[in-house]
Amino acid sequence: MNAVTEAVRELSYAEALREAMDIALDRDPRVVLMGEDIGVYGGAFQVTGDLVHKYGTDRVMDTPISELGGAGVAVGAALTGLRPIFEFQFSDFATLAMEQIVNQAAKLRYMLGGAVSVPLVMRFPAGSGTGAAAQHSQSLEAWLAHVPGLKVVQPTTPEDAKGLLLAALDDPDPVMIFEHKILYKMKGPVPEGHYTTPIGTAAIRRTGRDLTIVASGIMVHKALEAAREMEADGIDAEVIDLRSVRPIDRDTILGSARKTGRLMIVHEAVKTLGIGAEISAMVAESDAFDYLDSPIIRLGGAECPIPYNPELEKAAVPQVPGILSAARDLAKGRV
Amino acid sequence: MPDGYRDGNLPYAIRAYDADTLRAALRKMYLIRKFEEGAENSYTRGLIHGTMHLSIGQEASAVASCMALSDDDKITSTHRGHGHCVAKGADLGRMFAEFFGKETGYCRGRGGSMHIADPTKGNLGANGIVGGGLPIAVGAALSAKRLGTGAVTVCFFGDGANNEGAFHEALNMAAVWKLPVVFVCENNKYGMSTSTERSTAVKNIAERAAAYAMPGVTVDGNDFSAVAEAVDAAVARARAGDGPSLVENVTYRWRGHSKSDRNRYRTKEEIADWMARDPIPAFARLLVDHGVLTDADVADIEAETEQVIADAIAFAADSADPDPADVARDVYNPAAA
Ligand SMILES: Cc1ncc(C[n+]2csc(CCOP(=O)(O)OP(=O)(O)O)c2C)c(N)n1
Ligand SMILES: [Mg+2]
Repeated sequence: MNAVTEAVRELSYAEALREAMDIALDRDPRVVLMGEDIGVYGGAFQVTGDLVHKYGTDRVMDTPISELGGAGVAVGAALTGLRPIFEFQFSDFATLAMEQIVNQAAKLRYMLGGAVSVPLVMRFPAGSGTGAAAQHSQSLEAWLAHVPGLKVVQPTTPEDAKGLLLAALDDPDPVMIFEHKILYKMKGPVPEGHYTTPIGTAAIRRTGRDLTIVASGIMVHKALEAAREMEADGIDAEVIDLRSVRPIDRDTILGSARKTGRLMIVHEAVKTLGIGAEISAMVAESDAFDYLDSPIIRLGGAECPIPYNPELEKAAVPQVPGILSAARDLAKGRV
Repeated sequence: MPDGYRDGNLPYAIRAYDADTLRAALRKMYLIRKFEEGAENSYTRGLIHGTMHLSIGQEASAVASCMALSDDDKITSTHRGHGHCVAKGADLGRMFAEFFGKETGYCRGRGGSMHIADPTKGNLGANGIVGGGLPIAVGAALSAKRLGTGAVTVCFFGDGANNEGAFHEALNMAAVWKLPVVFVCENNKYGMSTSTERSTAVKNIAERAAAYAMPGVTVDGNDFSAVAEAVDAAVARARAGDGPSLVENVTYRWRGHSKSDRNRYRTKEEIADWMARDPIPAFARLLVDHGVLTDADVADIEAETEQVIADAIAFAADSADPDPADVARDVYNPAAA
């Protein structure tokens, strides 16, 4: 029998996010988009694009340059019946809105003894690699993941970008979506229509026997590249896309660590006190620790702000050669 | 009716409300006063831990600002929010239970005085962050406008909050989007120890409304009728779709800022002056003078509220504590997929 080969529809990561918002705006009148220059401008990274033409300025709302106030309006709106999707122009600017995110959105349900919910979605264009330097390149997902009451996800493919955004909208609690700016143009297959990618689940992007690399955000792609290069050395790496920082998919990570006995964690955010530390501790505190043949390796951002010079900028975050050499050491037990 | 009043000259409250409504308003003012005295007393007896911020002396502002609101209308409140909560119709037993940290409290003992809320009556909650409620109120007004509910949000905040960025961002957005929200500043002259003179560049906070192209008025916050007149007009304007307003109720807190206050920043004379302008007997006098109530009615109302408070405290004291095993409950909504 001849298999019918359907052309797989490809979208960019930004287009996939836009399609998710389009679907959400279309199916639920409570959904509103809010953010700076997300209307006719289309968003600083063209994620909202032309949605304003389809849905109008009442549903695709340009806010003033007021991150604290804008975030608070989104919190209040979520509390009282709307389903806002709030875009920070750059994730760095969330530092101006921490009050509303951390003190209000995250805590209102708990402080009020469960009497309310804050079904709020926030989007954070994050990460380095654009030459925008220290105040436009940070990876602050661990900051927010430290706060009970928030959920934090980091999609790494167009398919997951759409699926996690739609899952976030279905979620009754505040969900923070960290989108790596370098991924916006990346293309990949994206299913048509409405679907969700469950929050709290990691994805095994490559199965392997010799070692486990847990990566988040753009590092998933670097880890996969390193894993392909390792094949030449006869090293078979398993690559896990963390995907959800809070809640974290403990079972998938521990299961893989038990299987391979060697664990490396890679993220772009600063290494010290980062997500890698949490994952290492999680493994060390569990029975999976007994399965480890070698100490855990963490790779993360350098102990500095993101610099401007392109070579320095690369040096400030993990790159494929660094992942590769760390993996070789790990595979040989030479850590 | 006293001499000198002709119908058109009657105080607003007398013109605008019937006797039952006025009686209920006076009763709420007594309830707030006695609730806070009861809370203070319970604190002294060790039944309440943490701290609290009493609004004794500010009761007219809380009650008069909520006169035009139904349970569908929202308020956002502040750390000094007991009065707002009572004014919006909360049950005093559940309020005391919250203060006592009990499972029957409004927040099941997780919030305490600084987070007291009653969403079923439209009270979206007190706030531990100065200025925290301002953008949230604007968000509630945005919901009302988009969902066409017709609800108005009254946003309470203090004079201290008007120097937070959140105040300016919130007023600007409310004006740009013409949202149904009324900003009610309870100017009690101080943010902790710092007077408005030392902290605020304008003389009256209502002047700041001009920067956001909305009406701003300053009224005597201890004059029930004056507050009701100003806020009712602002609520009507909001309901008509004409956008936000700022009303500044000038008032005074008799007690210290919180339990840690040593009162080093104001004089005894100043406090005594303001205590002589107690808003509750002033309102009672107004009602008696206009034949709404008799002195005996007023005495009955006051006595009845004392019984309500005693019952509320008993309810709270008899209620169960939360189970420590539930400490992490209600962080997330269990309805999540
Ligand atoms: C953002 C923030 N800063 C400081 C405080 C500490 N604080 C609590 S109440 C208060 C004074 C607030 O003054 P005002 O807004 O006038 O309200 P009032 O206490 O007079 O009712 C301060 C400084 C706080 N809770 N939040
Ligand atoms: Mg004050």
